[in-house]
Amino acid sequence: MERKVVFPGMLLPYALLAPQILIILVFFYVPAGQALWMSTLLQDPLGLSVQFVGLENFQTVLSDPAYRQTIARTMFFSVAVTVCAMVPAVLLALMADRVVRGAMPYKTILIIPYAIAPAVAGALWLFLFNPSVGVVSYYMGRLGLDWNPKIDGSHAMWLIIIASAWKQIAYNFVFFLAGLQSIPKSLIEAAQIDGASPRRRFWTIIFPLLSPTTFFLIVVNFVYAFFETFGVIHAATQGGPGKSTEIMIYKVWYDGFIAQDLGRSAAQSVILMAIVVALTVVQFRFVERKVHY
Amino acid sequence: MADVSLTNVRKVYAGNVEAVKGVSFDIPDGGFCVLVGPSGCGKSTLLRMVAGLEAITSGECRIGARVVNEVEPADRDIAMVFQNYALYPHMSVYENMAYGLRNRGTPKDEIDRRVKEAAGILAIESFLDRKPRALSGGQRQRVAMGRAIVRKPQVFLFDEPLSNLDAKLRVQMRVEIKKLQRALGVTSIYVTHDQVEAMTLSDKLVVMSNGRVEQMGVPNEVYRKPASKFVATFIGSPPMNIAKGVVRGPGAVAVGDVVLPVSDMAADLKPGDAIEVGLRPEDLIVRGDGSLTMQVDFIEELGATQLFHGTLGGAHLVIQAASGLVPSESKTLNLAIDPAKVHLFDVGTGARRGR
Ligand SMILES: Nc1ncnc2c1ncn2[C@@H]1O[C@H](COP(=O)(O)OP(=O)(O)OP(=O)(O)O)[C@@H](O)[C@H]1O
Ligand SMILES: [Mg+2]
Repeated sequence: MERKVVFPGMLLPYALLAPQILIILVFFYVPAGQALWMSTLLQDPLGLSVQFVGLENFQTVLSDPAYRQTIARTMFFSVAVTVCAMVPAVLLALMADRVVRGAMPYKTILIIPYAIAPAVAGALWLFLFNPSVGVVSYYMGRLGLDWNPKIDGSHAMWLIIIASAWKQIAYNFVFFLAGLQSIPKSLIEAAQIDGASPRRRFWTIIFPLLSPTTFFLIVVNFVYAFFETFGVIHAATQGGPGKSTEIMIYKVWYDGFIAQDLGRSAAQSVILMAIVVALTVVQFRFVERKVHY
Repeated sequence: MADVSLTNVRKVYAGNVEAVKGVSFDIPDGGFCVLVGPSGCGKSTLLRMVAGLEAITSGECRIGARVVNEVEPADRDIAMVFQNYALYPHMSVYENMAYGLRNRGTPKDEIDRRVKEAAGILAIESFLDRKPRALSGGQRQRVAMGRAIVRKPQVFLFDEPLSNLDAKLRVQMRVEIKKLQRALGVTSIYVTHDQVEAMTLSDKLVVMSNGRVEQMGVPNEVYRKPASKFVATFIGSPPMNIAKGVVRGPGAVAVGDVVLPVSDMAADLKPGDAIEVGLRPEDLIVRGDGSLTMQVDFIEELGATQLFHGTLGGAHLVIQAASGLVPSESKTLNLAIDPAKVHLFDVGTGARRGR
């Protein structure tokens, strides 16, 4: 049941909404508008003159093979992060769901990574995987595995995938656990009596009932991989070696602030913005019509 | 088909909660056993131990010739109907009913035949492809029953299957469950805290309290000869009146200054012993020549019957009588009672003090 609060007059509701609206205006609409405007401009390398070029920046960016590679790389990275963040999360949630006594400490420990700043997470994994001093690298070396993310691009890619996913596992865990706990225990018991093995119970009962949660998390993790992994990458690989870990958001920053090509950087960020809007629309569509049973 | 037998079954939950404190009973093949008792007395726990959903701390549970203590729920050949029905919300009614058969690798056409057959018995054929959320409470209840019978198990277990239905539907489903169980002849255990359900459904009634069996037997016998004050007041509606009394001599007790004849009285009761006297509301018969006089405080009209609230020998009583027998403005009633229908209970333990 929803309860409706009725306010006397119009002033109070607007006053209550004002801070939120102000924040969205200042931190979203203003920069977004600026990006849109800048994406239509071309600056000369010294920043002395500015020229309106219309959609030319988009044309240049989208026809640049390097940018297309970045898109492909970003897709791979996002899918990998989503999978690596969701699979362990669901396994951990399944285990935590079965713990009856002393469940709180487990949950707290599993949630902590979410509170760690992206840059710190990046640095942490960088250390662990550091070819000369990293613990993980040491053992990988002992196992005869060749590992050097500073030289090998695909090693570097896996390093940032793991570092990014690790942080997100905690977030997914919380949602999966809540999802699991909202499945009535009697359903599982009925399936048990109906002769379903634990594996079959998972795939035929639990997983379908978790699908709204799973779908929500896929979108959230995708958005995370696209937009919020900058800190991890910046701390761990700076997009290198070469451009092998440069994903779209990193390229926006690099092209804009390092290469000083503001127009094209802005065009890229408008493209990213379009992607996030698309993802959000998909999400809302599904939340409304629900991936429901 | 199989009989079920429990021997000294105990359940201790984590944290030393002893929910079931040594329960033994047997249900013959095809019998309908109802476990009844107040909330928290361990009925569900006992049922879940038979189902295999809860480990048995000690004692033995046998289904047919097999001790099933260590047997998985799936392999006990039982079916359970849950209070909230526990239908799989993402599956159609058909899939809900077929799920247990599919898991056991039953051939497709056999599944189809059995689901249709069960659906026919329960009159749910017309919504086989609906999801549970598109069904009414009563229909869901039927589907839950269907899921149980389609597997043709040896034992049905019911945990308060009717408590989520409205009063009218509950009566209807109660009758249907009884008929279905008769027709299929499957041994059943049924948990409820509704004593009407307990009386009407069972051919073996087990009254529980506090993790123990208070009394078991044929429902009528439990009703007529309750083994304790607890059973006496739990079974029957309105409940049995309990009044403080004193033994006057062999075959006589007094409630206040009113002397009642008793035929079933323990031999060791001596004049002057304090005792509790139980009188069922319908056993005190309104009769012009009745020797007992009750002061009427107020009358409740139930349609077919009337309830008279009043005092007899200083004790508060409720009397039930057919409507229209007594003018409703009566201030006193003359009552008579069969000496065989006066029950005596120990003041301390509440145990029946009959022969
Ligand atoms: N998982 C559990 N852990 C600890 N104690 C439990 C657990 N399940 C039940 N109990 C306790 O065991 C006792 C019996 O519970 P049970 O569910 O069998 O009662 P019940 O007779 O079915 O009651 P109701 O009519 O309310 O369903 C209760 O005191 C309950 O608190
Ligand atoms: Mg119960």
